[in-house]
Amino acid sequence: MKLLLKGATVVDPSQDLEEQADLLIEDGVVAGIGRGIRADYARELDLSGKYLVPGFVDMHVHLREPGFEGKETIATGTAAAVAGGITSLACMPNTAPPVDNPLVVGYIQQKAREAGLARVYPVGALTRNRQGEFMADYSALYAAGVRAFSDDGDPVDNSYLLYQIFKYLLAFEDTLIISHCEDRRLAANGLVHEGYWSNLLGLPGIPPAAETVAVAREILLAQATGKRLHLAHISTAGAVEWIRWAKEKGLPVTAEVTPHHLLLTDAAVKGYNTAAKVNPPLRSEEDRQALLQGLREGIIDVIATDHAPHKIDEKDLDYFEAPFGVIGLETAVPMLLTELVHRGELSLRELVQAYSCRSARILGVPGGTLKPGAPADIAVLDLEAEGVIEPRRFYSKARNTPFAGRKVRGLPVLTLLGGEIKMEEGAVKVGKQE
Amino acid sequence: MTRHMLGLHGVTAESLGMIMERAWRIRQNRRQYREKLKGKLIAALFFEPSTRTKLSFELAAHWLGAEFIHFPLETSSRVKGESLLDTILTVTAMGVDALIIRHSNSGVLEWLKEKVDVPLINAGDGAHEHPTQALLDLHTMYHYFDSLKDIEVVMVGDIQHSRVVRSSIWALKTLGARITLVGPPSLLPREFEQFGISISWRLDEVLPKADIVYLLRIQQERQQKGLLPSLADYTRQFGLTAGRLSLLKPGVLVMHPGPVNVGVEITAEALQLLRSWPRERAQVCIEHQVASGVVVRAALLDYLLGEESHEITA
Repeated sequence: MKLLLKGATVVDPSQDLEEQADLLIEDGVVAGIGRGIRADYARELDLSGKYLVPGFVDMHVHLREPGFEGKETIATGTAAAVAGGITSLACMPNTAPPVDNPLVVGYIQQKAREAGLARVYPVGALTRNRQGEFMADYSALYAAGVRAFSDDGDPVDNSYLLYQIFKYLLAFEDTLIISHCEDRRLAANGLVHEGYWSNLLGLPGIPPAAETVAVAREILLAQATGKRLHLAHISTAGAVEWIRWAKEKGLPVTAEVTPHHLLLTDAAVKGYNTAAKVNPPLRSEEDRQALLQGLREGIIDVIATDHAPHKIDEKDLDYFEAPFGVIGLETAVPMLLTELVHRGELSLRELVQAYSCRSARILGVPGGTLKPGAPADIAVLDLEAEGVIEPRRFYSKARNTPFAGRKVRGLPVLTLLGGEIKMEEGAVKVGKQE
Repeated sequence: MTRHMLGLHGVTAESLGMIMERAWRIRQNRRQYREKLKGKLIAALFFEPSTRTKLSFELAAHWLGAEFIHFPLETSSRVKGESLLDTILTVTAMGVDALIIRHSNSGVLEWLKEKVDVPLINAGDGAHEHPTQALLDLHTMYHYFDSLKDIEVVMVGDIQHSRVVRSSIWALKTLGARITLVGPPSLLPREFEQFGISISWRLDEVLPKADIVYLLRIQQERQQKGLLPSLADYTRQFGLTAGRLSLLKPGVLVMHPGPVNVGVEITAEALQLLRSWPRERAQVCIEHQVASGVVVRAALLDYLLGEESHEITA
């Protein structure tokens, strides 16, 4: 089975490529890139005017299954992913039961295979039952294929235990610790960024220090132990400075930022808008600028959505009662293209680097490249296609996006996984399996 | 379109003036208003305990001839696990003409207004707004000042957690008063300056300019939450003590939304001295505020529910 993608501008930072070229796929892998490729018996797709990039790799996704299938399932979540041009994702362990044993890992892998849409890499719990008290069963999780560990939304408060975990995981050399950086005492059950809007709305604030204090602790533990650390969804200017320090020291630290923290500020909570209720909270314009600058400089390595689906009725509560979280799989690429790439804030190449190449490399998974021999995980973008973010048309079960109604220019129009078309013109090939 | 009173943020001087004016008319001739809201049913849903505000609304409804029912929800519904919206919809389905709501969650009425089609009146939502308290304070101030333009109002206390302050800031600013907020930094974030008002962490520096000193209630729990070393420390720095009375300007007005923690916000000695002083020197108008509460709430109910009812223009 051969597929020839003709005439697109191929943007692949992994091989310093940005030019119009044809790409030949054979047996699910990239067989060649170049001008005027000819292949016998190949199906051809004319992609002139479009951009062809390695499929996006989202290293922070909540698929909710098992346990919270009302919010999202592996099938709907991966459908949302490929609709958004994302071909690989890492899913967080706060399921029920949590991903603290190989059975749940196997369950998720199996469901992902059945859905057959995107590559899914379960992140294992850092502690048993994600309770921050005892180490999780690392060797069993590792044997099941887990290469990243995190308690995500429930960070390990106990610095002694965390220090021991950092050390223990040194023996599993190709693993990564992902930290959700929050000093929960400092966050003090806050609901929004501490600042103008928390004061205006009378909502308890989350000070930036709740993040920076935790970022500093994690970085210092990485320094003390040498264990590889990835900082999830950074939201503050202060955290960027700590990460800059860590990188200058050459510490094994990477960091991510979400599209919503790059594109929105705390002003989005105006009117007690629960669609903008997220943890870490949307911060000030100053923070947002620092995140963007950090991303451009490579201080922040990757973009990840922290896709956090909730049921409609769960978000339709008052601001205190509604859960934290926004979805992002189907909005990330269009919003980033519209607000950053088209405005010249970030080049397409930088976007691909941050949302594909580096994410794959940090996770240590296939993808993030179109070098010959690599799996043909591909996103094709039409930078001029216009549309509107319409939650009712999402493949995700959830609708909790702060971008509803936003006009966008730039859409993923074709997604391939291992050379197979999984999305075409916005329509996901659901149920099609090998 | 349903008429609500959710807060004073953005409410125009014109709307404030009309409510004030109506309050004056009711005050002058209560009898004329005796049947204004006859046949109307007003329900108070208090998810937080309150005696004064509830009583004040009840009396106001009474003055206008409306029926008033009160649901003491701080206990019953929570126990049964009934959701807030279920409770509200149940009550409105029984046929009420207005809902007066107090709740500990800031912004809860902003959410509810999309769900119900009866006027909602905010009797205090978390640390967001308490508009009727601010309105009755305005009414009290107008008793002593013809205009609030350039009047110096010093508000002292737990600014961070105060819904009274937030409502007052908006109304006073709209009416041209100058506001200075005073309190310890743990209860008065610097960012309040972004509202176009002054802040100070030293009471002694701002007391001399005050035309009105507005003391806020200090909750015992602030100390337990580590926001204050002790109530005694608060009083030393921010309490109106006998020693500080000499800093006051002649004719100053001392206000407090009540109930006063005597010995914390103001010492017993200072209170006694102030009450003994002649009007030209200083006046404590805490009781006046309470009395204004009924008048102003009656005016608001009439304004929202009466024959010539109005939208609050924001």
